[in-house]
Amino acid sequence: MLADKDRIFTNIYGFHDWGLEGARKRGCWSGTKGFIEKGRDWMVNEVKASGLRGRGGAGFPTGLKWSFMPKVIGERPHYLVVNADESEPGTCKDREILRHEPHLLVEGCLLAGAAMGCHTAFIYVRGEFIREREHLQAAVDQAYEARLIGKNNVNGWDFDIVVHHGAGAYICGEETAMLESLEGKKGQPRMKPPFPANVGLYGAPTTVNNVESIAVAGTIMRRGATWFNSIGRPNNAGTKLFCISGHVNRPCVVEEELGIPFRELIERHAGGVRGGWDNLLAVIPGGSSVRMVPAAQIIDTPMDFDSLSKLRSGLGTAAVIVMDKSTDLIKAIARLAYFYKHESCGQCTPCREGTGWMWRVMTRMAEGRAEKREIDMLLDVTKQIEGHTICALGDAAAWPIQGLIAHFRHVIEERIDQYAANPDHDGAVRRIAAE
Amino acid sequence: MPKIKIDGTEIEVENGLTLLQACEQAGAEVPRFCYHERLSIAGNCRMCLVEVKGGPPKPQASCAMSVNDLRPGPNGEPPEVFTKTPMVKKAREGVMEFLLINHPLDCPICDQGGECDLQDQAMAYGVDKNRFHENKRAVEDKYLGPLIKTEMTRCIQCTRCVRFTTEVGGIEEMGATGRGEDMEITTYLNKAISSELQGNIVDLCPVGALTSRPYEFKARPWELRKTPTIDVMDAVGSNIRVDARGREVMRILPRTHEDVNEEWISDKTRFVWDGLKTQRLDRPYVREFGKLRAANWTEAFQRIAQRMKGVKPERVGIILGDLVAAAEAFSWRQLAEQLGIKNIDCRQDGSPLGEKGGRAGYLFNTGIAGIEQADSILIIGSNPRLEAPVLNARIRKRYLKGGCAISVIGEKADLTYPYHYVGAGPESLTQFLAVESPAAAKPMVIVGQGALARPDGRQVLAAAYKAAVRLGAVKEGWNGFNVLHTAAGRIGALDVCALPASDGGKATLEMLDAAKSGELDVLFLIGADEIDTTALGATFVVYAGTHGDAGAHRADVILAGAAYVEKQATYVNTEGRPQMTQRASLPPGDAREDWAIFRALSEALGSALPWNNLDELRTSMYKQAPQLLKLDHRSEAVTAELADLAAVSGAMSHEPFRSAVSDFYMTNPIARASRTMAECAALKNVRALEAAE
Repeated sequence: MLADKDRIFTNIYGFHDWGLEGARKRGCWSGTKGFIEKGRDWMVNEVKASGLRGRGGAGFPTGLKWSFMPKVIGERPHYLVVNADESEPGTCKDREILRHEPHLLVEGCLLAGAAMGCHTAFIYVRGEFIREREHLQAAVDQAYEARLIGKNNVNGWDFDIVVHHGAGAYICGEETAMLESLEGKKGQPRMKPPFPANVGLYGAPTTVNNVESIAVAGTIMRRGATWFNSIGRPNNAGTKLFCISGHVNRPCVVEEELGIPFRELIERHAGGVRGGWDNLLAVIPGGSSVRMVPAAQIIDTPMDFDSLSKLRSGLGTAAVIVMDKSTDLIKAIARLAYFYKHESCGQCTPCREGTGWMWRVMTRMAEGRAEKREIDMLLDVTKQIEGHTICALGDAAAWPIQGLIAHFRHVIEERIDQYAANPDHDGAVRRIAAE
Repeated sequence: MPKIKIDGTEIEVENGLTLLQACEQAGAEVPRFCYHERLSIAGNCRMCLVEVKGGPPKPQASCAMSVNDLRPGPNGEPPEVFTKTPMVKKAREGVMEFLLINHPLDCPICDQGGECDLQDQAMAYGVDKNRFHENKRAVEDKYLGPLIKTEMTRCIQCTRCVRFTTEVGGIEEMGATGRGEDMEITTYLNKAISSELQGNIVDLCPVGALTSRPYEFKARPWELRKTPTIDVMDAVGSNIRVDARGREVMRILPRTHEDVNEEWISDKTRFVWDGLKTQRLDRPYVREFGKLRAANWTEAFQRIAQRMKGVKPERVGIILGDLVAAAEAFSWRQLAEQLGIKNIDCRQDGSPLGEKGGRAGYLFNTGIAGIEQADSILIIGSNPRLEAPVLNARIRKRYLKGGCAISVIGEKADLTYPYHYVGAGPESLTQFLAVESPAAAKPMVIVGQGALARPDGRQVLAAAYKAAVRLGAVKEGWNGFNVLHTAAGRIGALDVCALPASDGGKATLEMLDAAKSGELDVLFLIGADEIDTTALGATFVVYAGTHGDAGAHRADVILAGAAYVEKQATYVNTEGRPQMTQRASLPPGDAREDWAIFRALSEALGSALPWNNLDELRTSMYKQAPQLLKLDHRSEAVTAELADLAAVSGAMSHEPFRSAVSDFYMTNPIARASRTMAECAALKNVRALEAAE
């Protein structure tokens, strides 16, 4: 349980002023110049020591990522790109930061930029985020006006921030597709290597970070790496914004320490599961891209990267989707399969062809209009996609289905039996009529 | 040089090689669809997956990973790559299955059948059962113009065509629209592609999505006889393969020649074959009572002999056309000498090439491959995109590498790469000479026929040479003075000196004037159609050629010859590389190979040429021009005489330079007889009109 004093996002609900004045009152922009003066190495080490892991889903240590940037600025400038293309179903944390805590992000950009030798940051905002972009732009303008950023600013590190508006493609949240999109090209992931830290935006060394990872940087430096590291569990340090949605009594976004048990998280912040804990069926703990976990396994699991990956799932973006026993799990996953089919960029074969195939099979399975051997076939298809694609969208499309089959195969089989036992199925008749 | 172990064999490979190339060097076969060594790497088909030891536990795309990306083992042992493990096999089968699920089962009616990468690789790496029971995707076909037929349902989105047109073709008209399974390859505006190299995407397409429209449903690859030969549509000398069924040419494909055409050919080269079947002269003709009448060879020769009787040699002229092979030009020169005819010229456009400066004075001395080493290029009076599209692609390739300044004096045309436009005519050349300071280490000057085939051609040639000298283009180890030819036969004819005799021989334009004013009794047009044949006065015209084009229409006697795919003949390309065509088909009807016609004619004229077969003819030709003996060898021309080019008096006119090729699709009799080329030309005119509006 996170104490109020340890919260980083103190205005996440927007009860206070989100502008510069309000942010300053909450401690933002204090001591920024001092951190920059301590130098790049100090800042990178501080973030490294804090144990901060990337908040975008993969959980890669942020400090380590920052240290991959070349130490000396060569011919090409360094760029920082902030990934605010938050489009993962279930995830809605960056949105709150953009709306209510934009100055934490702006300050974080400056610090992260200074720590990596970047003089320019691009913030790529999701196309659908209109108000969020307005707030962010206003905050950036305020910061320019107060000479907190810009040329010859008071913090002593020339820094420009460009707020870029996406066009609403999920794939542009993939870091290299984001770079392509920023360059004005079609949003399609690039192959790695070379990694963006060597060849990134416009061919220059680039680091792409999630909004939350950048927004916490300022507070980490202010309160010290030890403070941040003392929260949470070993290797899973710090606070994290959880987005709780689905069948809970009070869905919410809440900042909690990593490793808080699932039951405590839901009880304390979301008013418990709808219909009581016995009514819990399954949970997707990290946004639509991770495998679901059945109720029995998740209830007392600490919500952090390592504990959830032990369950063959993941913390992802900490978008906790709670599903009670009224949920049609197959239909739910079929809907996710449709999402991935719709958002696949179409560049590489397994994802382009596989996502459509999976969605079609899932749609039939949701009806029961399938054969049992097709379950294994579907599982095989997901394995044929997973790990064979350029970017992780293929994996993300495969995992929800793998999770469903791993834990709820019997549900699919029952549905198929049901359908087979009742050939004059309403759905079937309607379907034939429609054709 | 990193060491790498592939399937257990350790090899040493060059830096920067991809894993796929390394695997090939080690003898391991890696299937691929999107990878093409001359295009950028897309890595999207995922067919070339291999297992890499020490890497992540998933297969890696070998086309996209460099050997330098791999780390050695903990004790410094070389990184290991496997291409035959169960993981790789499973991965390939998976990708293959994905490629096939939405691919139509229309192989029996697909033109790609028999030479389809997807078919072949499905046999080798696929599984034989189908697990996909959903409806297959169908995609609307796109219109890409008269040359390329689309069947987009077959497309596997490898994007080779998109990459080719943007990278090599230099046009940004093709791309992928839509996302996921709805991704479609298209021209953005659903308009015909404007590139002169578009036909190459037919070869690049690994499936039957893009096929040749003129070849549509014509033949299966296994019924075709394949003959490696040389193209004559421009002076590049592209290496081609002519596919014929029986005696009918069905299609023309490129062959790889790194120093000439890499593996591209222009659309004219590729699609001109239907012109070989129409408007052909299939027997000799003689004119009687103003009309041409079919005749036999004896009659035709007699008619010529009759007319030649008693005619003074100075009242006879010989003009050699653009497609005349070296041996033919040589035999005419020999015949002219025997008969004392001084008026013989192989430059029907009236350019002054070959008069001065030695061989280096008319060659593309840097060589086509040499373009890649140049660091500045000055193009004078030429539009290489129309005059030699494949060579232009080489210039674009050089431009893409960066660090090469390109300037143009002449027409301001879209050359597919940006350039510094100096000006339109000779003044700009003079100015350029005065201002520009030599900065480049390997500068090139390319002078086109448009700058030379004009009354002040000699002066322009001199100025171009001076420009080359001023820029430091002619020096030890680097000859950057280049003449870009448009006629395939011209260089060979110049090599055997088919030029007016120095003591009073008339050049083309003088001959034409003489014919007009009645000073010429007999004019031999040997495949010469690009002259004004309507103003030849009462001259008795003998036309030897292949097509009923301008020359044949004016002729009094027609001798029916063989086209370039119907004879074994030597052509020298613009860089001076002699290459030999091979016979892929036979001349139609009573038409004969040209050397045989000329030998027979010489006998009828009472002055038999001193050889009896092609071998003897060649032997005597090689005596005069030994460089022609070394096939496919570019003998560098000596630069000693080059300086003579500058010794010209007189001033250049103010007329701006025009490209020698105004209509790319209509440059020679074969192309003019081709329906496909006519369609392309019409389309281009429409486009030009639209653009003008």
